[in-house]
Amino acid sequence: MTVGLEQYIAVSALLFAIGFFGVLRRKNTLVIYMCLELMLNACNLGLIAFSRFHGGMSGSVFVFFIITVAAAEVAVGLAIIVALFRKRQTVQVPELNALKN
Amino acid sequence: MTDIFFYIFAALTLGSALCVTLAKSPVNAAMFLITTFIGMASLFVLLEAYFLAVIQILVYAGAVVVLFLFIIMLLDVGEEKRVRTKLVTWIASFVGLALLIVGVVGITSSDNIQTQAEALPEAAGATLKNFGYELFTTYQLPMQVTGFLLLIAMIGVIVLSKRVKTD
Repeated sequence: MTVGLEQYIAVSALLFAIGFFGVLRRKNTLVIYMCLELMLNACNLGLIAFSRFHGGMSGSVFVFFIITVAAAEVAVGLAIIVALFRKRQTVQVPELNALKN
Repeated sequence: MTDIFFYIFAALTLGSALCVTLAKSPVNAAMFLITTFIGMASLFVLLEAYFLAVIQILVYAGAVVVLFLFIIMLLDVGEEKRVRTKLVTWIASFVGLALLIVGVVGITSSDNIQTQAEALPEAAGATLKNFGYELFTTYQLPMQVTGFLLLIAMIGVIVLSKRVKTD
């Protein structure tokens, strides 16, 4: 079977699901962030596949912007995690329960 | 030949992505993240998006993972205790996957979309020249906004990581 759009989109969907599973499963904020990156990457793959099979390049340009925004997001997110660690001395999600009850 | 490469790189990407979610130590997770990004960049090459493949390696494998490792080192995060995955996590994941599959099938079974590799148009986004042209003509405003976004992110990081004076 030749590889067409379906295979690429299937890989993209599976990767997104794996990232989602990781976000729900992990307790460490840093690893949750890594799984978020996986989900963003899954979107990138889908966009590039669509753009390739459509023939234009708007999808590729969009991926370029997504990569830029993801880099900025990681920088800010990690700064927030560091600030959180200074205040609470932990990065484990179950211990960050100030809003519970 | 391209098909074999596709399956190899797809397996590499998905396998190491699964390892990211399952690895006990955060450092191992970051290492598997690098492998995932490399597999992803290879898939981009197969889709003839060479510029984006290079950007993927530079920005993600180069900058983002190094930043992650730096923060892991700074916070001295140890190995995670063994946690049982809750049932609700499994259910939510599989429901999410099922919805995604419905979406994929819905999209690919549409008649309006060219899905086969035969009679594929020439890749327009392959060259760096095209990219630059598009970014500075059609996508001029988003380009400027992204620049401002990066500036704001930089200022935000500086403000966040400054120690608050308590007096």
